[in-house]
Amino acid sequence: MLSAHSITKSFAGVPALKGVSLEIRPNEVVGLIGENGAGKSTLMRVFAGTHQPDGGTLTRDGQPVRLRNARDGAANGIGMVFQEQSLLLNLSVAENIYLGQESQFVRFGLVDWKAMRCAARRQLDKIGVDIDVTARTSELTFAARQMVELAKALTLEETIARPLVILLDEPTSVLSGSDIEILFNRVRSLKSRASFVFVSHRLDEVLRISDRVYTMKDGEVVAEHRASDISGPELHKIMVGRGLHTAYYKEDRQLPPRDEVLVDATDLGAGDTFSHVDLKIHAGEIVGIAGVVGSGREEVTRTIGGFMSHTEGSLKIMGEAVHFRSPEQAVRRSIGYIPRERRLEGLVMFLSIAENISLADLSAVTKNGLINYHAERALATDWISRLHIKAPGPDIACRKLSGGNQQKVVLARWMTAGSRILILDHPTRGLDVGAKEEVYELVRELSRQGVAILLISDTLEETIGLSHRVIVMRDGAVTARFDAAPGNKPDQVDVVRAMV
Amino acid sequence: MLTANIDNLKAGGASERRSALLGLARRLTNKRAAPLFVLIALCVLITIANPSFIEPRNLVRIANSAAVPLTLAMGLTFIILLGSIDLSVEGSLSVAAMVVVLLAANDANTNQFGWLAVFAAIAASTVMGLATGLIQTMLRIPSFMATLGVWFIGLGISVYMLGGSAVRLMDPSIRNLALARFAGLPLGVWVALGAFAFACTIQYHTRLGRYIMAIGGGEDLAELSGVNVRRVRILAFGLAGFFFGMAGVLSAAQLGRSDAVIADGRLFAAVTAVVVGGTALTGGEGGVVNTLIGVLIVTILGNGMILLGVSPYVQQTAQGLMIIAAVALSLDRIRLQIVK
Repeated sequence: MLSAHSITKSFAGVPALKGVSLEIRPNEVVGLIGENGAGKSTLMRVFAGTHQPDGGTLTRDGQPVRLRNARDGAANGIGMVFQEQSLLLNLSVAENIYLGQESQFVRFGLVDWKAMRCAARRQLDKIGVDIDVTARTSELTFAARQMVELAKALTLEETIARPLVILLDEPTSVLSGSDIEILFNRVRSLKSRASFVFVSHRLDEVLRISDRVYTMKDGEVVAEHRASDISGPELHKIMVGRGLHTAYYKEDRQLPPRDEVLVDATDLGAGDTFSHVDLKIHAGEIVGIAGVVGSGREEVTRTIGGFMSHTEGSLKIMGEAVHFRSPEQAVRRSIGYIPRERRLEGLVMFLSIAENISLADLSAVTKNGLINYHAERALATDWISRLHIKAPGPDIACRKLSGGNQQKVVLARWMTAGSRILILDHPTRGLDVGAKEEVYELVRELSRQGVAILLISDTLEETIGLSHRVIVMRDGAVTARFDAAPGNKPDQVDVVRAMV
Repeated sequence: MLTANIDNLKAGGASERRSALLGLARRLTNKRAAPLFVLIALCVLITIANPSFIEPRNLVRIANSAAVPLTLAMGLTFIILLGSIDLSVEGSLSVAAMVVVLLAANDANTNQFGWLAVFAAIAASTVMGLATGLIQTMLRIPSFMATLGVWFIGLGISVYMLGGSAVRLMDPSIRNLALARFAGLPLGVWVALGAFAFACTIQYHTRLGRYIMAIGGGEDLAELSGVNVRRVRILAFGLAGFFFGMAGVLSAAQLGRSDAVIADGRLFAAVTAVVVGGTALTGGEGGVVNTLIGVLIVTILGNGMILLGVSPYVQQTAQGLMIIAAVALSLDRIRLQIVK
């Protein structure tokens, strides 16, 4: 019905899809799995028309098609339920369902809202949900919005004669158990009228709903299975696909942590995002949290970083009980947070290395209320040599540095500010292999110096490879703890079992 | 990307809970109706202070002085609903006023195109608006800068064409917009009400109006739904130019001439009216009905202060305070992380 032939797509020279071919047949649910960055979402966007491939062809019912935008995708009967939902919160449900397709209700240039509301009502009835079509979308629950999204995708049925292909991009990542079941039931009952592509990294769900499963890795399709022929752990092995490289994560330099406990969380919880989390990090220790999106691990790190306040339990930083209300308070307790989007949050790109390093603690280079530029540059020069930052000098703007070196500048800043606890939020996201290695080396060095590190990472491999201990979370609770001493790292399959 | 998504979700959940709590309080005060209450309170207070406020003569005066701001603010509302800003109000208005004065009967040349001059004036302003839209979307220049430039381009052109002096408008039928009355109100007021009705139709009954709301609510999402964002933006700026042109003609008719300062202070009044009416500067929230109330608040406050004998400089200060207060009250500043 819809197929891709050797689709390639790069972003700023970084290949996201390297010749992907796959096929969607009538009345089936195709699962698409892969780790973050494997290219799943990019492929979905190519199908939907919102990304244009650099090479390769798409065919619809055997005919090659070119999709230049979402409108072309819709004209070919391809609807998408987006990962980040595409509903406008300031419009009503009916207006959202027919946004971009109002022509059918226009009489003499004016929109017949009543007819649109009736039609929207019919769409929602079709998938069997009872939502007020005049309600503002912002008033709906997230699960209800997902149903509206689905109804919106299904409106194509009215204008397109042939069967639809509905792309569901991580639809379950934001839904709770019972809502997932409702969604799955809808998908099953609609299968006679449309084909679905179901993208997720929750393997059990993919296997439950899909007829066939494609596995993507590093921008390529590496396997295709009938869902009934394969188990979750097997699929995971294919999805991750490589053994652990001990040298890559500098495990020989993993030293035992010191006795001093820097972070001590007991029974920590925040709202309904996570609860009953016990977490101790010693000086020089790296603790990794593993878990899928929605497991609560992001919230745990954000709570310790001061971006959220905990509502249950207690948090002690270096022996003192704290209750952070802002990141600033966390910084004063010598906690440094290295965000995942360096460009957005971590560095001021057009300031120099020296200016960026001193930003978190200008008092170190200030005399009598004035910034001492000489001291600022000396400080930066010192860090450049200590962290091997590859830069011509301290005055160079940070935007000119490579990703790995930018990451080092961020770290230098927190070290200058006296941080003894660092939160690394996806520290290697978007870095190439060489830059990643530099970051790993740096992390080991920080650990040797007695910094306590809390790590969440894109890949399980990285989490296990770097950490002294790995904590696994699922649905807001800790499900397992693993010791990850060098030479005795836990098996990924065991960790995954606790994740999903 | 995934994780960001989750963060958004949690934020949404939290705000949902908060709005549930605030639901009752909001129903009692009803934030959306707040401008209307302000308007009523203002009328009552001024009447108590000076009963001549509600004399028909004064009400007609208010309607007359609201005509131009209302027409202008209709255009500006659409731009602010987009989440953009249009600073070219005064430039476009002065161009339209210049065109109508120079093409209709006047004391500077021998043209006598009559009502054709009016169409030409509105067309000129509309073209300026469309050009602004093209500049903004094609050159990808923020609306703030694009319209700031167009403001001065328009002002420069009109002052140059007028030769730096005031040119009198002599066409009696155009002058009648200000002088003749129908049902007790000057024709200009009826024209402004017509502009309001037209703006309502656009906003509440056409795709363009809906797409403007959609873009203000989330441009990327609107695009994903197949909305042609560029075209809507260009059309919206053209539409704004159309209203600015109408306002220019009305201004010229009211003053009986056009000069370099015909548009002075119009931008501030129009922005104040839109914001005081409750249209969010972030876009996607509010509309032309809000703006009607906003225009009335601004005009009546001005009229009331004159009736009460307040010094003109204090009047300006009061208007400045009002616009800041209106934004402070309407914005959900907790959600706004960065203020630029």
